[in-house]
Amino acid sequence: MAQDVVVHDPRGYPPKVVGKRLAPRLPMVEAKTVYLVDCLFDNSDVFTEQLRQWFGEHLPGVNVRTIQPKKTWSDDEEMRARIKADGDAAILGVGL
Amino acid sequence: MHTHVFARLVRATALSLGMPRLRSAFVPQPVVDRSAADLRAYIDGNDRVSGRPFMQEVIDGLTRPLDDADLQGQSFERTTPRLVEADTEDNLQRLFEENRWTDYLPITLPTEARVEAMLKGTSHSRDEVVGRLRPTDLREFWEFTVEKVAVNAVMAGARPEYFPVILALASSGITARSSSTNSFATISVINGPIRNEIDMNSGIGVMGPYNHANATIGRAYGLLSQNLQGGSVPGETYMGSLGNWYAYTATLPEAEERSPWQPLHVQQGYKPTDSVATIFFGGWYTHLAYGPRATWQQKMRHSLAAVEQYSPPLLVMDPIAARAFVELGFDTKEKLIEWCADNGRLTAREYWDNQWIQYLMRPRAVAGVEPFASRLKAAPDELIRIFEPSDLHIVVAGGETQGTWKMISASRRATVSIDKWR
Repeated sequence: MAQDVVVHDPRGYPPKVVGKRLAPRLPMVEAKTVYLVDCLFDNSDVFTEQLRQWFGEHLPGVNVRTIQPKKTWSDDEEMRARIKADGDAAILGVGL
Repeated sequence: MHTHVFARLVRATALSLGMPRLRSAFVPQPVVDRSAADLRAYIDGNDRVSGRPFMQEVIDGLTRPLDDADLQGQSFERTTPRLVEADTEDNLQRLFEENRWTDYLPITLPTEARVEAMLKGTSHSRDEVVGRLRPTDLREFWEFTVEKVAVNAVMAGARPEYFPVILALASSGITARSSSTNSFATISVINGPIRNEIDMNSGIGVMGPYNHANATIGRAYGLLSQNLQGGSVPGETYMGSLGNWYAYTATLPEAEERSPWQPLHVQQGYKPTDSVATIFFGGWYTHLAYGPRATWQQKMRHSLAAVEQYSPPLLVMDPIAARAFVELGFDTKEKLIEWCADNGRLTAREYWDNQWIQYLMRPRAVAGVEPFASRLKAAPDELIRIFEPSDLHIVVAGGETQGTWKMISASRRATVSIDKWR
């Protein structure tokens, strides 16, 4: 009969997960300012423009603004501050 | 908004950020290369994950009231044990494979005795934190100790005398299991006295399965990366579309004694007597050439123009070829690198018609960062330089059975001391 052996677990140590509440939701989007954040993936600008047009056709009362971060894969604090100051909501996208 | 193939990754990332109920909507993959009409059809269509209208998901995400779970987020501690529950060797091999802790080749089980023996390969304490790794930018870092690196080194079949090299690679902060959709691998070049101390092979078959140290050090780097960073699981922590065979193992020592040029680590400012690892990120393409023969310049230009411009080449050159370049007047690596930088050209149109150049370099060009800003100003048919000398590297290795070289996709990401980990 094969003998049992004791071996090490090869995994590293994960960080503690700290819960974060979601940002307050809007009661409605009508008459609100919604930022469309183009995350700069190839062709996401075309997608964002199509999304902007959709709002214009279906929800013309929404003030839609498009915005881009300065760099890819970075937290653009200036952009976030502007959205926070001027906007009611933001939609981020889109990937590959 | 995401494309649907990233759904599992989105859920896992939201969970690790403490926001498991983050609101997301999914269009079909791909967005790249789709026309405006195609993308509009995505928007007018259904969410590929929920099946509900895509824009309904988007508007719902903005307006659906928050409940208690949304307001609290989710906090929790995670841990990994030091030891696995005792079992037979066959069952443990199966367990490691089922848990995706292997590269699907058989591993050496990391018994306590084997890990103890590995730890004798360094003067560092088993509890010392070596570093942190993560599958890609914007994911969470996992931390690890000397002992955890030893466990993975054992699994790869490495010997204790290799352990300082493996610790140096682990300490670099560069994962050998990148989750990038581009299927990166790492290629590690070892310089200095340690190469000979541990009998690495810089001769015949240097890049093949012909040396214990070469093979197991590279494998250990891969295994430790996937296990110490929290996994390399397709769809969650690995998204490389094609994968990469270099990821099994890709470590080579430079043939310093037979090279006519300065070793790579000395070029980086280290002393010849220092033992150093240089980590390259790439492995996308491999071109091979011979010579240099009469038409080498044209062929080199073709190769440089054919490589993926986001991932510049490392030239691994047999000493025969290196000495022949010296005879042509390239008496330093820098001179040949300068020639390559000046002759690696594409039209601006071709250069900018590249997904990664568009995504990563264009914002820098628009912001005025050189050399990208000048490349963006060029007329579409203008031949522009696609690499700077600092992008390009040469390593001399090989068995002198053929005057050949390989041009391998490899961006230098880190150069780390091995001596620090002895």
